[in-house]
Amino acid sequence: MKQFDYVRPATVAEAVAAAAQPGATYLAAGTNLLDLMKGNVSRPDRLVDVTHLDGLDRIERLADGALRIGALVSNAALAHDAEFAKSYPAIAEALLSGASAQLRNVATVGGNLLQRTRCAYFYDTASRCNKREAGSGCDARDGENRAHAVLGWSESCIATHPSDFCVPLVALDAIVEIEGKNGRREIPLDELHRLPGNTPGRESALEPGDLIVAVRLPAAARGFAAHARYLKVRERTSYAFAIVSAAAALRIENGKIAEARLALGGVAAKPWRARAAEDILKGVAPTADVFQEAAWRALSDAKPSGDNAYKIELARRIVVRTLTLAAAGTPARIPALPASPFASTSGAIHA
Amino acid sequence: MNHSISLTVNGARRDFVLDDPRVTLLDLLRERLHLTGTKKGCDRGQCGACTILVDGKRINSCLALAISHEGADIVTIEGVARGDQLHPVQAAFIAHDGFQCGFCTPGQIMSAIGMMQEAQAGNDPERIRECMSGNLCRCGAYAGIVDAVLEAQAGADETNRRRSA
Repeated sequence: MKQFDYVRPATVAEAVAAAAQPGATYLAAGTNLLDLMKGNVSRPDRLVDVTHLDGLDRIERLADGALRIGALVSNAALAHDAEFAKSYPAIAEALLSGASAQLRNVATVGGNLLQRTRCAYFYDTASRCNKREAGSGCDARDGENRAHAVLGWSESCIATHPSDFCVPLVALDAIVEIEGKNGRREIPLDELHRLPGNTPGRESALEPGDLIVAVRLPAAARGFAAHARYLKVRERTSYAFAIVSAAAALRIENGKIAEARLALGGVAAKPWRARAAEDILKGVAPTADVFQEAAWRALSDAKPSGDNAYKIELARRIVVRTLTLAAAGTPARIPALPASPFASTSGAIHA
Repeated sequence: MNHSISLTVNGARRDFVLDDPRVTLLDLLRERLHLTGTKKGCDRGQCGACTILVDGKRINSCLALAISHEGADIVTIEGVARGDQLHPVQAAFIAHDGFQCGFCTPGQIMSAIGMMQEAQAGNDPERIRECMSGNLCRCGAYAGIVDAVLEAQAGADETNRRRSA
């Protein structure tokens, strides 16, 4: 690991000033950053430790019905907050399907959003990677790329964003609150992560010094609590990143879908909101046929980036399965194996 | 630049001067305090052998910078027994052959203690397996580990019942 300076600012303003310097990086729990630093993938000159800042570890219900989640709330604290899990069950299920209990106990909300891809060529400093070193090339294109992107990728980069948490968040119109050199601003989560284009090293809309201070769920997000699921296909049923995942949230009124939300994970460099598919679902009865149609629409732009054409069909099937389970109703308790498509599914149709 | 930090380790306050900010809690415990019960397996947060409790919560000590944990209350495998009296989870691992080579065992036991405090798995074997998935055992002693956790959980439930009776 490269040597670095360590600073522990006392306020958010001090943190922003310290992190705006070239070579500086924020340190929260460090569960992804330290791993990257140990592998010399990330080589910051300065770590700005934000873990001791006050006021960023709260979950607050706002006057307008929105929920504000501080950036330093741990993944476990959020998922195990009974009121949160009841109101946003797909988010809690996604959180509990990610990483391990030890990692979830420390990994933060802000850090989860900004975690780096798990592309093996990004991690291997002997490989060419345009994300790690601009213009060096992409060894994933002709390498082991079964798990790589099928949507939004470019010739420069076919990596995916690994977050589970972000998938239901983007489906529910989450907003990211950012403190920067010019004060506070907010953007939709859907605009936080960038597609690779020709600059895959530029992963987000954040500028130097920008600090995510909170994630906000608008009041409408809790309207889907009765019909919301997250499903995730992985190489093993626990403690593994998604090959493909999906979050589905439905508002069902009088036997018809009043409103649908759908997003995919593991398929692109960002959590992938499937708005065209949502439009198909609006105002119709929740049937297997309409779920199939929505799934085809969600993947209509997908194309393999290598040896991963199977992911497109897999994504369609996981969309149908997730919609089917969401329509059947949110389980009273998060399943023993969160987000597993192989868990016993009472009455659900096999997609 | 040197940094001073204070930690409570297994009940005792310890002060350190860190001449390098790169030191992890795992290396601090093993190299400075010679508490070698906490194991370095992968050193990358994948195996769980380095699991300790920090402020009551189980974490991977290999991915935690010591310098960031000023004031933390740490419990390691060396701190769970009372003299010669094993912690109930330790006793249950022995009773159920919850290990073979023993390398992952301190991490498994610390993780199980943390998991029981989290109270999410209860006595459901499937939930226990899921909640313990951050601890790998290359000998494959998983069946014994789950049985040990079930027994320890049953013992804790019985103790709680007696206390509330």
